[in-house]
Amino acid sequence: MTYILEGSTGPWEIVVGLEVHCQVISNSKLFSGASTKFGNEPNSNVSLVDAAMPGMLPVVNAECVRQAVKTGLGLKAKINKESVFARKNYFYADLPQGYQISQFDKPIVGEGTIILDMPDGSTKSVGIERLHLEQDAGKSMHDQDPKYSHIDLNRSGVALMEIVSMPDIRSPEEAGAYLTKLRAIVRYLGTCDGNMNEGSMRCDANVSVRRPGEGFGTRCEIKNVNSIRFVMQAIEIEAKRQIEVIEGGGTIDQETRLYDQRLGETRSMRSKEMAHDYRYFPDPDLLPLVFDDAFVSEIEKELPELPDEKKARFMRENGLSAYDAGVLVAEKEKADYYEVVAKGRDGKLAANWVITNLFGALNKAEVGIADSPVTAENLGKLIDLISDDTISGRIAKDVFEIMIETGGDPEKIVEEKGLKQITDTGAIETAIDEVIAANPDKVEEIKGGKEKMLGWFVGQVMKATGGKANPGMVNKLLRDKILG
Amino acid sequence: MTDLTKLTLAEARDGLAKGDYTSVELTEAHLKSMDAHRNLNAYITETPEKAMEMAKASDAKRAKGDAGKMEGLPIAVKDLFCTEGVQTTAASHILEGFKPEYESTVTSNLFGNGAVMLGKANLDEFAMGSSNTSSYYGNVVNPWKDKSGKDLVPGGSSGGSAAAVAADMALAATGTDTGGSIRQPASYCGIVGMKPTYGRCSRWGIVAFASSLDQAGPMTKTVRDAAIMLGSMAGHDAKDSTSAPIAVPDFEAALSGDIRGMKIGIPKEYRVDGMPEEISKLWDEGVAMLRDAGAEVVDVTLPHTKYALGTYYIVAPAEASSNLARYDGLRYGQRVMDEGDSLDDMYMKSRAAGFGKEVQRRIMIGTYVLSAGYYDAYYNKALKVRRRIYQDFEGAFGQVDAILTPTAPSAAFAIGENEGDPVKMYLNDVFTVPASLADRPLSRRTAAGSTADRQAV
Amino acid sequence: MSSLDKETVRRIAYLSRINVSEEGLSELAGDLTRILDFVEELQEVDVEGCEPLTSVADLTLPLRKDEVTDGNIQQKVLSNAPMTDAGCFVVPKVVE
Ligand SMILES: [Mg+2]
Ligand SMILES: [Zn+2]
Repeated sequence: MTYILEGSTGPWEIVVGLEVHCQVISNSKLFSGASTKFGNEPNSNVSLVDAAMPGMLPVVNAECVRQAVKTGLGLKAKINKESVFARKNYFYADLPQGYQISQFDKPIVGEGTIILDMPDGSTKSVGIERLHLEQDAGKSMHDQDPKYSHIDLNRSGVALMEIVSMPDIRSPEEAGAYLTKLRAIVRYLGTCDGNMNEGSMRCDANVSVRRPGEGFGTRCEIKNVNSIRFVMQAIEIEAKRQIEVIEGGGTIDQETRLYDQRLGETRSMRSKEMAHDYRYFPDPDLLPLVFDDAFVSEIEKELPELPDEKKARFMRENGLSAYDAGVLVAEKEKADYYEVVAKGRDGKLAANWVITNLFGALNKAEVGIADSPVTAENLGKLIDLISDDTISGRIAKDVFEIMIETGGDPEKIVEEKGLKQITDTGAIETAIDEVIAANPDKVEEIKGGKEKMLGWFVGQVMKATGGKANPGMVNKLLRDKILG
Repeated sequence: MTDLTKLTLAEARDGLAKGDYTSVELTEAHLKSMDAHRNLNAYITETPEKAMEMAKASDAKRAKGDAGKMEGLPIAVKDLFCTEGVQTTAASHILEGFKPEYESTVTSNLFGNGAVMLGKANLDEFAMGSSNTSSYYGNVVNPWKDKSGKDLVPGGSSGGSAAAVAADMALAATGTDTGGSIRQPASYCGIVGMKPTYGRCSRWGIVAFASSLDQAGPMTKTVRDAAIMLGSMAGHDAKDSTSAPIAVPDFEAALSGDIRGMKIGIPKEYRVDGMPEEISKLWDEGVAMLRDAGAEVVDVTLPHTKYALGTYYIVAPAEASSNLARYDGLRYGQRVMDEGDSLDDMYMKSRAAGFGKEVQRRIMIGTYVLSAGYYDAYYNKALKVRRRIYQDFEGAFGQVDAILTPTAPSAAFAIGENEGDPVKMYLNDVFTVPASLADRPLSRRTAAGSTADRQAV
Repeated sequence: MSSLDKETVRRIAYLSRINVSEEGLSELAGDLTRILDFVEELQEVDVEGCEPLTSVADLTLPLRKDEVTDGNIQQKVLSNAPMTDAGCFVVPKVVE
C-alpha cells in the first residue's frame, strides 16, 4: 500500500531512514568497571575513566561486544570480525573526554534486514545499513538553577548500539512497524530492554520527500524522539512541512530538527555557531577489535527463536493467519503466553481467545500482559471447558468476564455459579414443549415452510434455560419435534 | 662519608643492602642537593615531607627483611605521571593545583618496589617540546654549560628529569618519550635515557600527549641503572589496552657487555647535511668502539628517514588535539569564566589562558589535519608514510641486531636559541622520531656520548 | 603550498575551543602555514597499496569481563572540580 501525501501541486512520497540508539544490557560500562544502574546518586556510578581524568584509559567490556554481535545475528546482518573504535570529537558539557568513543568506517556489524509486520498482515523488508558500538554521554540538567546547568556522569560511558536503517521506510506506519519489530528483536535477544520512555531506546529519523519514482530529496534529521507514536507523528509533520516549503518555491536545508510534541511541529536546532566537524579518527588508546568464527558461533548457539521464526512456526504448526501470528509474536511475553494456552489445544481457538478476548480486555484496562489477571493456565482451562461441552461459547464469555474481574479459576466459577451446560435431553425437551405450547401460530408458520423461524425458537429455549442448554441439542430436538 | 648523591642507582642499592647508609640518609642528601640546585628549576613540585616519610617507611621495611628492587632509592618523577595527592601539572597552567586521586601504574610499580619520590620534575608543557622552554613553571637549565659559560637548554620534554639526574638531585628519574623526549634530553645532559618498546610500560595514569607514541622509560646515570629501573617500571597492565602482555625479563642480568658477533647497522640517511663535526666524530668513535668490542658494523638503509619528522608532526598533534580536549575547565584544573559567560565562552577562555603557545599551535594543527576535507591529505597520508617507515626498520632489522645513530643533530643549544620558529625547534627530533614511529628501542646513549664542548657545572 | 587564511584559523580555533584575538589569528595563520609547509613533503611519498599504520602495538584489543569493579567514588570524581553542587559538576547554563 503506497503512502502518498497530496500537496497543492501533486502527490509526494516520503523517504525515511531511522537511527536507533539501544542501550546495551550489561552490568558495567563499555569502557569502565562502573555500574550501568540508573537512579543512583549523581556521579556515583562513575569511575575515573568515565570522568575523563588525565591519563585514564578505556578497556572494552567483552559482554557489550557479545551483545552487539548477538543483535547483529538477530538482524541477519554481516558480522565484521575486525572493527575499529574511533573518536568522534566535539565539546559538550556532558561529554567528559571531549570525544565520544564510537565506530566510524569499520563498525562491528554491517548490512542486515528487518521484516516489518504491517497492520494489514502484509510484510515489508527494510535494510539495516550498520550497527556500531559507542558510549553514551552524561546528563545535563537545566532546571536546578537559573544560571547554571548541573552535570551528572552516571550515564557517561554506558554502552549503546546505534542501529542505522537504509532509507527504505515509506510511511509513518512503516516507521512504527520498524521500531516495534526492532524493539521486539532486541527484547527477544535480551540485548536491550527497549524502553523508549526511559531512554534505553532512542530514535532519530531522517526524513525527505520526493515525487513518486524520482531520486532522493534533501533530508532533515529529527533528533531524539522518545516514543513510537511521536516518531510517526514527527515524520508526518516534517514531511508536510517539507512539501509546503518546496511547493512554496523554497529548498530544504540539510539540518537537524527537534520535534515538539506539544506544539505538533519540528523546528531547527541549528544554532548560529559554526557547524560541527567531528574529526573522526581511530582511537589510539584502543586497538582493532578482532574475533574469530568460534566467537560468533558460540553466540549463535545462544540465539533464541526470534519473532519471524516464531511467526512462521505459529502459522505452520497452529494454522494461524499471518496477522494473528504477527500480533502474537510482537512481544515475547505475548507469544509465551499464547504458547501456554495453545499447548495441547486447538491453536486457532486459543489464538482467538488470546487476541480478541484477552488482549481486548487488557487494552481496555490498560494493563500489560505481564500483569494480566487471567493466567495462561486458567485461559487454557476455560477453552477446555468449551471443548468438552461443559459450557457453551456464550457462557464462556461470561465466565471470562468474571475471570478478568477476579482472576478466578474457570472450573470453580462454573461450579459455583451453576453455569454447566444442560445436556440432559429430558430437561431440554421440557423447555421446548413449553415454548411450542405457548406459540402454536409460529409452529404452524414453520410447518408451512418458513424454516427460518426455527432460529427464533432456539433463542426462546436458550432464554428459558438461562443460556445453559446445549445449543446443538436444542436445535436438533426442535427440528425433530416440529418438523418430525 | 662519601657524597651519597654521586652514587649510581646500582651502587646506592648495594650500599643500602650492606647497611652502609639508610634510605633516610640517601634521601636527605638528595633533598640537600635539590636545595643547592634550585636555580636549575628542575622540579615543579618538591615533596620533601613525602620523601622523608617514604624513606623512613622503606628503612623500616628493609629492617623487616623485605626489600624491593628499588628499595629506598630516591628518584624524581616527571610531572606527567599522576601521583596520588601530589599536584600533577604536565607543566601546564591548565592543570595547576590538580591533585589526582590515583597513582599512575608506573609510579605505583616503582613505589611498590620501594622507590622514594623526591618531587615532580619539570618538563615541556604537556611534553610538547625539545628544549624545556615551554613549561608554564619556567624553563629548566642544563647543569652543563657551553665553553663560553652560556646557559644551555636541557633538551625536552623530560628536561627536568634529565637535569635532576645530571646534577645529582636524584639517583634516577622517570621520563616519557613520544618523539625523543627521553633520549634527546638524556643526550643533552649527558646521562642515559632509554625509550622502551611501545607497550612495555603502562600508560595508565600518565597525562597523554600522543597515545600511539607515548612511552615511559628510565633516565639514569648508567646503562646498568637504566636496566634496574626499567625492570621496576615495566610490566603488563590490564588497565592499558595497548600494554604488551609479556613477562618482564631481568634486564640487569642481560647486561653481559659482550657484543661479539653482534651486527650493528649504520643508516646512511642519518648523515644529514650540516651535521656538526663533533656529532659525526662522536658517531664515528662509537662505531669504532663497537667494532673494537667485536661487533660487526654494517651499512643499512632507512630510505624514508627524511619523512619521519613530517609524519610525526601530523600524527602527534592530531592525537594531542583530541587527548587535550578534556582540559575544559569543567571537572578539574583551571577555569576562566566571567559573569554571563556561556559554556563555549568558558571553554574558550579557560583553554586560551590555560594552554601555552606551543600547545595551542599543536592542538590547532591537529584539529586541522583531522578536519573534514583534510583528513586524507594529511592524517591518513601520514599514517601510510608511517607504515613505510615501519617497513624500513623491518628491513634493516632483518639484517642487523641493532642500529647506532646519534640522538640529535646538534648538542645542547643555548636557552633562547631556536625560539620563535616552531619548525626550527622540531628539527631537533629528526633522529629520535623515526624510531618512535616505527618503534624500535634504539637509543641507549651512555655518558660517553656527551658532546665535547660542555663543561661540568 | 597550503596557506591558511584568517577565517580558516578562526574556524580551527573555534573547533579547538581556544579563544584567539584578532592579532593572534594572523600570527597563528603564519605559524600554522609554516608547519603545514614543513609537512608538505609527505605528499611526494608513494604510498600505493599501503595500509595506514595507527599503532605499533602488535596486539588485538583485549576484552575485560563484565563486572562492576569501579564507581562509588563520587567524592574522588568531584574533588578537583572548580564548581559543584548537589553531587554534580556545575557549568554555565547550557541552552538547547
Ligand atoms: Mg547517528
Ligand atoms: Zn550515536
